[in-house]
Amino acid sequence: MKVLVPVKRVIDYNVKVRVKADGSGVDLANVKMSMNPFDEIAVEEAIRLKEKGLATEVVVVSIGVKQAQETLRNALAMGADRAILIEATADVHQDIEPLAVAKLLAAVVKEEGPGLVLCGKQAIDNDLNATGQMLAALLGWAQGTFVSEVALDGDAAKVTREVDGGLQQISVKLPAVLTVDLRLNEPRYASLPNIMKAKAKPLATKTPADYGVDVSPRLTVIKTAEPAGRKAGVKVGSVDELIAKLKDEAGVI
Amino acid sequence: MDFGLTEEQTMIVETTRAFVETELYPHELAVERSGHLPLELIRELQQKAMAAGLYAANMPVEVGGAGLDTLSWLLYEKELGRANYALHWTCVARPSNILLAGNEEQRERYLMPCIRGETWDCLAMTEPGAGSDLRGMKASARPDGDDWILNGTKHFISHADLAGFAIVFVATGEEDTPRGPKKKITAFFVDKGTPGFTVRDGYRNVSHRGYTNAVLEFDECRVNKRQILGEVHKGFEVANSWLGATRLQVASTCLGRAERALGHALSYAAERRQFGQQIGKFQGISFKLADMAMELKAAELLTREAAWKYDQGTVTEADMSMAKLKATEVLAMIADEAIQIHGGMGLMDELPLERIWRDARVERIWEGTSEIQRHIISRELLRPLGA
Ligand SMILES: Cc1cc2nc3c(=O)[nH]c(=O)nc-3n(C[C@H](O)[C@H](O)[C@H](O)COP(=O)(O)OP(=O)(O)OC[C@H]3O[C@@H](n4cnc5c(N)ncnc54)[C@H](O)[C@@H]3O)c2cc1C
Ligand SMILES: Cc1cc2nc3c(=O)[nH]c(=O)nc-3n(C[C@H](O)[C@H](O)[C@H](O)COP(=O)(O)OP(=O)(O)OC[C@H]3O[C@@H](n4cnc5c(N)ncnc54)[C@H](O)[C@@H]3O)c2cc1C
Repeated sequence: MKVLVPVKRVIDYNVKVRVKADGSGVDLANVKMSMNPFDEIAVEEAIRLKEKGLATEVVVVSIGVKQAQETLRNALAMGADRAILIEATADVHQDIEPLAVAKLLAAVVKEEGPGLVLCGKQAIDNDLNATGQMLAALLGWAQGTFVSEVALDGDAAKVTREVDGGLQQISVKLPAVLTVDLRLNEPRYASLPNIMKAKAKPLATKTPADYGVDVSPRLTVIKTAEPAGRKAGVKVGSVDELIAKLKDEAGVI
Repeated sequence: MDFGLTEEQTMIVETTRAFVETELYPHELAVERSGHLPLELIRELQQKAMAAGLYAANMPVEVGGAGLDTLSWLLYEKELGRANYALHWTCVARPSNILLAGNEEQRERYLMPCIRGETWDCLAMTEPGAGSDLRGMKASARPDGDDWILNGTKHFISHADLAGFAIVFVATGEEDTPRGPKKKITAFFVDKGTPGFTVRDGYRNVSHRGYTNAVLEFDECRVNKRQILGEVHKGFEVANSWLGATRLQVASTCLGRAERALGHALSYAAERRQFGQQIGKFQGISFKLADMAMELKAAELLTREAAWKYDQGTVTEADMSMAKLKATEVLAMIADEAIQIHGGMGLMDELPLERIWRDARVERIWEGTSEIQRHIISRELLRPLGA
């Protein structure tokens, strides 16, 4: 079974995000970019499935600017077998919207025929949490979102979902789209010998036109602003005082 | 001229930095305060470093290393160099390149266990009476049938306590040279536990807490001729052909720590407020930062250029000496100024600055003192002029 993992190049989680002076978005010029951390977890899971003999090939796909090639190389250095880059824009500030990404991924799925698509639950830049769900809908496949455990079982996957009330266990029929959550695994370091080998792994470059998909934006960003600074908290003198405040002032217990 | 890093090199930097920050930094304070690296911790971190393919990555692919070109190797060294020395040198060990000079049997017996993390190597040249002037060494070996008998004392030998064996350089003869009589040197592998070979605790030193040095004593210590590394009387030839780049390694680890110190200084200057504004707004502070960044860049460019030339086969002794000299002196300057910018807090061990400052001191002494580097550079400049 082939596993497809879409990976997004996003602003590195350690970077202090700054809004562009004209308010049109976040300043990404000369800023460190990395693989979306949830996608890293998805890549790790796919590699583990391969190591367990449950997957035969791990293909990673990225849609965005040509620099997303670095993100793909990173996934290859972690252990993915092959990469596809869909160059959808030359502007680092243009975010390709979830519907366009999902349409492109659906086309890649038709071409590649994977038995499983592992996505991050969301990208840490816009936090939209939509691509995986849209992809499943476009394909008419089963979906499991916010996944913290995956066990393949014949033509189904038993997954644990992190839902508001706790953990939910469901079984989804394969092929399926799973979107992974933080606690699924701890991604490995791209090892030095594998980094050196990654260069020799195939990376195909495509465009949205190759798949007949229109990626022009359907959303308009009106304004981007920094969230208001948090006000300083209060120091309490004792546990009793804390409990009293939680009861009387906050009303949470 | 292309100054950019390749995709692979960028990934090497990122993966090594992530490892150092996540796995090594959390243990630094305990090692610094106790001056000790517990064996259980060593084992745990070695396992992690091996899983990340960072252990012994300086080695060629055939023996299980990463097969890096010189610049890539030095970028990896720079990131490792950010951390406490004992932690990175022991738990993410880079076995000495000189082990590659061994024959098949010696590689199996000494190199491979180092790469597998089962033991460590140490290199013994310095003596109480012979530091910079190594060819003045007194330790000696005399032939006896198929064996050689070693006598003498080595000191300052790094991590000989952990090492399973030592590569020992001793005099096996003398030759007349235009600059007077000089010792002929031979290198021997000597196993721990060989009768007549004792390892004693060395001195406590100001730099690199947790990283020990030892005194090695040889008293009629008998080793077989199969233990010779390279050829008889050719010890320095082996050392020169395999240890040349260690000066660049020292330079790179220093650049890593200098960059870390500068990073702290920059964020502190942007955060700390006195007299109603960020201290970075005072020219007295901001100009320091400008000089620190410029000197760091100069040192880094010297090292990178030497690395590039090393792979082209055009590097000279002066190139490597300049890189080592500049990086070690820049580290000392940056560490000192970073402390200054932090005021009193810079001296406290909650921040890594006081130890980066202490650690900087040894770098201008080992692997050739700053004076010896200047000697090498000036010799290369003046010799062609007959001076
Ligand atoms: C912590 C530590 C670990 C070490 N680890 C090892 C190890 O693992 N293996 C090993 O073999 N050695 C090791 N060394 C030894 C190190 O390489 C020597 O300290 C170094 O070579 C200098 O020798 P020395 O200390 O005897 O100083 P000396 O050579 O006695 O120098 C004293 C001073 O004289 C100056 N000087 C000497 N000759 C000249 C000259 N021709 N022109 C101008 N000035 C000169 C020097 O620059 C220095 O300032 C270690 C040292 C330290 C401090
Ligand atoms: C071991 C130790 C013992 C001490 N003992 C005592 C004690 O017993 N009692 C006591 O009261 N204090 C004590 N101190 C505090 C000491 O006096 C302060 O550390 C010192 O005044 C510097 O203040 P700071 O550390 O807050 O640095 P900061 O004042 O924050 O300075 C940070 C940096 O900004 C620079 N800077 C600040 N203002 C300007 C400016 N206008 N222009 C240019 N540069 C500027 C400083 O020179 C420094 O480089 C002690 C400190 C130490 C380290």
